[in-house]
Amino acid sequence: MDITSTPESGVVTSIFAEKTLRLALLGAPNCGKTSLFNALTGGRAKIANYPGVTVEYRIGHFELPSGQDVELLDLPGVYGDCGHSMDERVALDAVRGNLEGQRAPDALLVVMDASNISTHLHNVLQAKQHGLPIILVLNMMDMAARDGMTIDIAALEESLGVSVISCVAVRASGRSQLIEFLNGWASEVLSGRAPIEAPQKEELKSLQAQARAITATTVKRVKKVETFTQRIDQFVMNPVLGLVILLGILFLMFQAVYSWSAPMIEGIEAGFGWLQGLVETVLPEGWIRSLISSGIIAGVGSVIVFLPQIVILFAFILLLEASGYMARAAFLVDTLMAKVGLNGRAFIPLLSSFACAIPGIMAARTVEQERDRLTTIMIAPLMTCSARWPVYFLIIGAFIPAEKVGVFSLQGLVAFGLVISGIIFAVIMAFIFKKTLMRGESSNLLIELPSYKMPVFKDYLRGLWDRAAIFMSRAGRIILPASILIWFLASYPANATNIRETFAGKIGSVLEPLLAPIGFNLEISISLIPAMAAREVAVGSLATIYSLGEQDVDGLGTMLQSAWSLPTALAFLVWFVFAPQCLSTFAIIKKETNSWKWPLFAFGYLFVLAYIAAGITYHSAVAFGL
Amino acid sequence: MTLDQLKRKTPAKITGFSCENKALETRLREIGFAEGDNIEALHFGLFNRNPISVRLNGAIIALRRSDASAITLELIERSANPIDINMARDSRVA
Repeated sequence: MDITSTPESGVVTSIFAEKTLRLALLGAPNCGKTSLFNALTGGRAKIANYPGVTVEYRIGHFELPSGQDVELLDLPGVYGDCGHSMDERVALDAVRGNLEGQRAPDALLVVMDASNISTHLHNVLQAKQHGLPIILVLNMMDMAARDGMTIDIAALEESLGVSVISCVAVRASGRSQLIEFLNGWASEVLSGRAPIEAPQKEELKSLQAQARAITATTVKRVKKVETFTQRIDQFVMNPVLGLVILLGILFLMFQAVYSWSAPMIEGIEAGFGWLQGLVETVLPEGWIRSLISSGIIAGVGSVIVFLPQIVILFAFILLLEASGYMARAAFLVDTLMAKVGLNGRAFIPLLSSFACAIPGIMAARTVEQERDRLTTIMIAPLMTCSARWPVYFLIIGAFIPAEKVGVFSLQGLVAFGLVISGIIFAVIMAFIFKKTLMRGESSNLLIELPSYKMPVFKDYLRGLWDRAAIFMSRAGRIILPASILIWFLASYPANATNIRETFAGKIGSVLEPLLAPIGFNLEISISLIPAMAAREVAVGSLATIYSLGEQDVDGLGTMLQSAWSLPTALAFLVWFVFAPQCLSTFAIIKKETNSWKWPLFAFGYLFVLAYIAAGITYHSAVAFGL
Repeated sequence: MTLDQLKRKTPAKITGFSCENKALETRLREIGFAEGDNIEALHFGLFNRNPISVRLNGAIIALRRSDASAITLELIERSANPIDINMARDSRVA
């Protein structure tokens, strides 16, 4: 390869090394850029069927048949070249080479959903103005064909002055044409022979007119526009029925989490119990046995037990995300969000926060107004993240009877209530923030509602597997070391006769006077400290602390039933609605707002809310004689 | 008339933009609204019939009434051509 002909475009690591071709995926949100990225590079980036899944750039590598190394940039979706929101600015900065430490791409692959070509074609004309070699990748050609669309590719190339490749990103056969094309195009781009047609900057209006003229002659529909999506929307988007369906889906989700997981959980619990029994018969009495049995197995096991519930929860969430329902949910709740000064767009980052506040806070980049983005970030930690579930499952399982209320499980109802409380407080806080700190008009809702799609089964399973793997790896990386540390602190000095005399007891007793008024005992005070690393560590810590106290452990839940009063248990549950102690959440708020002010503020207000709400719960429960 | 006044199942054509706010016009154009495009209101939200979803060419787009008022329209005759892309009516008929 002739590397001397392009001296300015990139670093050559050795004079013999072949130059890497750097390509960027540019296109409207939800047109399949990340699907294509994953398929080409073997990546596992999150994909779903709603606009704004990707909010950060991502780099992957693949090799063309010719042996050419390609560096591929996956970017957040953009409609134009203005950069209205933070995620759009990331994409545009990447294309313009303004990202720190990243050079501009050598060429652009403009990706477009083929069935939306008549709406979006002007984006290609706009992309030409970046002055880089570009091609148009028409993705989801199978869907377009199903909708009865025919696209005259040759005529389209002719009128656009850009090569057009048809593609089905999710299928190997659908990508072969693209790979074949890139194989030849790569050397043209690298040697500077690829044609660059950088037209004068034109007004959007005239670009649109040109684009409409092109699609009028090259795109034909031989069937009515697809009615499948419209048929479902008759129900789902109905003003009244739609909200009922939305609530019903959320409700079913929590019922399922309880009703379906019980046998699996009992199985896992029995497994750990057996393991503990084995350790206690095989190993001689002493600190090693105590470490393994009370520290590691009790601590880690008490969290892993909840894996089935996490998997069921995500089975629902991933299905909603992949189907195309998410954007509809944003539509349905938009007016409610408007009442508190936010818009429906903020609903999607907030929904992501149900998995974990960290991706949720990052997803707030899609919210246009800075004030609205900050408000969204501030209330995201109130969404019930999956790390809170082990705490809810444990306490609800131990203290709420497994009765049926009508056809519903009472435990499921309580869990649903806790999640709803989080949402209600988020709404109240958003309202307060918008009236005080973030005054001003809210940004506009402008969102494309995607067609419904059947999730690709392999991607769905992979997504589910990834979530399970994250849960398990947290158990290994965070909960295991935390359990060992807690075991040590709660076991020594060796002459300690009760928990109060141990190191853990001494540390916990610093917090105890602060937390005693809201009904928290010493053990809870201790467990909240390591829970800074991850909320579910509270469960592991409690398991270790209580397992050290007694020899016959018949599950942590049973133990707590005798050790805690009901008011204490309820106060603990309510504390976790706010759970102000997650360090990673504050770290990401610091990163996304670039200041210490917001994370400190978030911690402060969440702590005050948690304290007051837990206190009210405790004292009313006591007053009612519970 | 403007898009916020459009009734459901009444095909219309975009004639232009009437917003003083240039940024909003750009935003609307970028997502795909353009002069001459056929448009149809599909669904309204529960409160104050807000927001609205519209079919624009092959896409469905949701927006608030306040923003929709920036798009000016004229009503059009229902196309005689049954495969016209904006002819996808109430699917119960189909």
